Amino acid sequence: MPEIKVTPLGAGQDVGRSCILVSIGGKNIMLDCGMHMGFNDDRRFPDFSYITQQGRLTEFLDCVIISHFHLDHCGALPYMSEMVGYDGPIYMTHPTKAICPILLEDFRKITVDKKGETNFFTSQMIKDCMKKVVPLNLHQTVQVDDELEIKAYYAGHVLGAAMVQIKVGSESVVYTGDYNMTPDRHLGAAWIDKCRPDILISESTYATTIRDSKRCRERDFLKKVHETVERGGKVLIPVFALGRAQELCILLETFWERMNMKAPIYFSTGLTEKANHYYKLFITWTNQKIRKTFVVFATPGMLHAGQSLQIFKKWAGNEKNMIIMPGYCVQGTIGHKILNGQKKLEMENRQTLEVKLQVEYMSFSAHADAKGIMQLIRMAEPRNMLLVHGEAKKMEFLKDKIEQEFTINCFMPANGETTTVITNPSVPVDISLNLLKREMALGGPLPDPKKPRTMHGTLIMKDNSLRLVSPEQALKELGLNEHQLRFTCRVQLQDPHSDPDTLSRIYTHLKSVLKGYTIQHLPDGTVMVESIVIKVSSSAEEPNTKVLLLSWSYQDEDLGSFLSTLLKKGLPSGLSSM
Amino acid sequence: MKLYCLSGHPTLPCNVLKFKSTTIMLDCGLDTTSVLQFLPLPLVHSPRLSKLPGWVSKDGTINLEKKELLDLSTIDVILISNYHCMMALPYITEHTGFTGTVYATEPTLQIGRLLMEELVNFMERVPKAQSATCWKYKEIQRLLPGPLKDAVEVSTWKRCYSMQDVNSALSKVQLVGYSQKVELFGAVQVTPLSSGYSLGSSNWIIQSHYEKVSYVSGSSLLTTHPQPMDQSSLKNSDVLILTGLTQMPTANPDGMLGDFCSNLAMTIRAGGNVLVPCYSSGVIYDLLECLYQFIENANLGSTPFYFISPVANSSLEFSQIFAEWLCHNKQSKVYLPEPPFPHAELIQTNKLKHYPSIHGDFSSEFRQPCVVFTGHPSLRFGDVVHFMELWGKSSLNTIIFTEPDFSYLDALAPYQPLAMKCVYCPIDTRLNFHQVSKLLKEVQPLHVVCPEQYTQPPPAQSHRSDLMLELQPPPMPYRRCSVLGLPFRRRWERIQLLPEVGPVATHLSDLQWGKKVFSQPPIVQVLPLKKMREACNCHHRYTSTMTDKMRKKNPINHIVGFLMNLFANYCGK
Repeated sequence: MPEIKVTPLGAGQDVGRSCILVSIGGKNIMLDCGMHMGFNDDRRFPDFSYITQQGRLTEFLDCVIISHFHLDHCGALPYMSEMVGYDGPIYMTHPTKAICPILLEDFRKITVDKKGETNFFTSQMIKDCMKKVVPLNLHQTVQVDDELEIKAYYAGHVLGAAMVQIKVGSESVVYTGDYNMTPDRHLGAAWIDKCRPDILISESTYATTIRDSKRCRERDFLKKVHETVERGGKVLIPVFALGRAQELCILLETFWERMNMKAPIYFSTGLTEKANHYYKLFITWTNQKIRKTFVVFATPGMLHAGQSLQIFKKWAGNEKNMIIMPGYCVQGTIGHKILNGQKKLEMENRQTLEVKLQVEYMSFSAHADAKGIMQLIRMAEPRNMLLVHGEAKKMEFLKDKIEQEFTINCFMPANGETTTVITNPSVPVDISLNLLKREMALGGPLPDPKKPRTMHGTLIMKDNSLRLVSPEQALKELGLNEHQLRFTCRVQLQDPHSDPDTLSRIYTHLKSVLKGYTIQHLPDGTVMVESIVIKVSSSAEEPNTKVLLLSWSYQDEDLGSFLSTLLKKGLPSGLSSM
Repeated sequence: MKLYCLSGHPTLPCNVLKFKSTTIMLDCGLDTTSVLQFLPLPLVHSPRLSKLPGWVSKDGTINLEKKELLDLSTIDVILISNYHCMMALPYITEHTGFTGTVYATEPTLQIGRLLMEELVNFMERVPKAQSATCWKYKEIQRLLPGPLKDAVEVSTWKRCYSMQDVNSALSKVQLVGYSQKVELFGAVQVTPLSSGYSLGSSNWIIQSHYEKVSYVSGSSLLTTHPQPMDQSSLKNSDVLILTGLTQMPTANPDGMLGDFCSNLAMTIRAGGNVLVPCYSSGVIYDLLECLYQFIENANLGSTPFYFISPVANSSLEFSQIFAEWLCHNKQSKVYLPEPPFPHAELIQTNKLKHYPSIHGDFSSEFRQPCVVFTGHPSLRFGDVVHFMELWGKSSLNTIIFTEPDFSYLDALAPYQPLAMKCVYCPIDTRLNFHQVSKLLKEVQPLHVVCPEQYTQPPPAQSHRSDLMLELQPPPMPYRRCSVLGLPFRRRWERIQLLPEVGPVATHLSDLQWGKKVFSQPPIVQVLPLKKMREACNCHHRYTSTMTDKMRKKNPINHIVGFLMNLFANYCGK
């Protein structure tokens, strides 16, 4: 049986280092190639030795697809392509292709230059890796090879984020990457058509949250910022340079204007200026209402490195200050630790840092919540569901909910665990137009398109093609003689008449029962119903036991079996013989 | 399969294809050459124009090349190939009972909207006290001079649409991306392909499982700003409908661009002004890019360039944000990130200024000598009319025609006598006959359908047999109002076997053929599908004609056994 296999190398019951292997119709595809923010050792990258113990990955993978530019989705890409070795195509959207190398370079600088790690990918490797990238347009159907095709859908989340449909023949898988189902100030909502994939692989970061209305959250956020500023404190908002920053900035800017506030909004420079450029050049990817100017805060968002960490260290000691975490934080990062209420942090060089400032969490991150995930399932109508990019406990809850509401299987494999789904693809067959028209004509001029109908034809399997033609054509094409298959059936009847009389009684009986059929009484002592022949005989010993001989061709099997059943019941009395 | 040809204009096509009971309109170009028969619409009252002898009409009428060959309300979809070929859209989708969908790429929609907005704006800002309609009566039309007398069906000529019509028409547009497969009613699949002519311009593939029609309209193989043409996907077409070849088969675009620059430089150095009547999107981007490199070398750095159009700003901004639709060179600029077109820098350094019209800021900031890009290229309406009046009398000034859509002599007629120099540098990047025959050799369609103009040399150059299509088999020509039956023999159709039947079929192919039934394995496998399952379930009712052995076997064997018997009969063993 055909089957689809899905194995997460990362993001299986976990958030971070997304990397999912899919085998479909004999093709192997890697979805995302991310790094884990919470680790600094080997566990940082997905375990590519799962694919092959030695040598390059090129011959094991048909293509790699990157859903968006966040490092937990593309951070291991240069490592995979240049250090492990992969020369096949890497697909990503234009904005992702533009921004991804910048974030990778930034990440490399922090790791190598600041932390002094060696044996890490180089700038040249990032460049070489990006040369293998093939840009994807939304809704464009890209033929990776003759059989494998991929198509990108808009996913919201961040600039250039995409969901991908992977299709081989009639089997398909949709991978959502990260997405959000509610439009916000700078990006639209994810959308997919009713493509009925065999498996929908969805993120589940916010599997259990159903976020309260946006307005409330925004008001809360503004109130907290306002209060802190009023009492002379400072607010730190660590965000990814490209994404939530733009959203929150538009929000704050309008608020500042309305409240006539004077407190300056600073934002860390570097990436940010470029980020704004990208937003301008890729404006077609954003929400209609986007504004032309942005201010951007400190990056990166999980407080694991960079400027946001520097500022945090400085401000942490003052209880007047506040830090607002506007998104999800991966386990192991400082962001995660302080959100969990840790008051003393161990920093590099065994220093400890006391956290006195207020810590607030607000879910502004553009991930789909439980409601959004259900909405997407309703949109795409998958046959199976597979959850990744979330915490095991929360997934469990969502899995139950999905199975209950949609009665489809829902899987949540751990890293390295393979899920196998058996598909039941329909068999495409070429039908001769003559046959199709003939069969259509049988059912009246306008066939009901919603009702399936059985039809009669001959299937020819030749040279790997399946063709359905009329039996006559098949015989002609194959140079075969037609042979008749006839069914013969004996029915015993008790009838105290002479043989010819019995026959004419049968004739009369059938005439009254089968209206609208051609029934003939032939002079050679047979009755013909369409092509079915009925004869009567009896032996000399038992003249009252008549043996009816029915014979019909295979094509008339319906009528033939009906007749035999009918005649087995005997003839009604009171039939006149003619 | 039939093709209804509603337009006789080869570069502004409008055809309707009926294919598998789907009615598909391919493009709806608006032929505006009829405005040449009218006087210009001046922005300020011009005593000279109003005193011209002869037929005076200030009617901004537009010729709509449509004949009621078919009911427009039956059209299911309209496929748009580029923004020049959608200008008649409001006439088709509005007030006709049209209920279908229009498919176009995003740049085509956005820039098409700009061009329509511009047209409406040009017409509406010079309202006419009265509009003449009586001339459309046959008795009166007969008395009119020139080409108007011979124009057919003037009664169907219509007034320009309103902005409301434009908005409503464009709301019916569904956006598509290159190589996106769009299913129409499960019967036909249509796919836009890059055609290389303008931002978002596309050719279309219309196909079912066994038939493939390619619609090639306005394509270019030259390296300009748009994404290069996708040629390979056009291969194996049964029919290729070919429209929108270059209107200037003898003019080389590169040479024309050189002429353009040298004439421009000459005029400016002599202290004159240059007027370039052009559309507000398309070739103007290439002109600006060319000038960007040219002005530094030619020492023209201080000359101001003005782009005047109600949509000038939007057009320049839009060009920068469609990176996905640009050629590779421009795409890679966006990754840096830099704007893909250098006119951003021209604007930043104040060398290029754009204004919505000659009123307002422009009149105070305007410095001479200068270069002005403005519309409309027909010289009948738009700001260009004003510049003709202003600069026409001086021989220092030059007008350079770059758009090939209008005859420049006809366009200039109402302004004669004219002292200003006229230079004709038509830049048409669409395929020429040499390129198209090479392309056709490569993609090898079974049949080619094209406007009849392409099957003979141009009337003015009847000896140039290289300026026509020569193909084997010869192309099928169409003219306005013709209905062509396309040479198709549909023989096969794709259906899906239900999975319940499918496994039986697949099972069968794995069968080990026993020697008892066949002395050798059959080369082909023939299998009657009628009611296999029922046959299997009930087969024991007919054991008198079947071998009893099967009774004990499991059901799947019954099927196989049953079928094998049939085979034996079919194969005569």
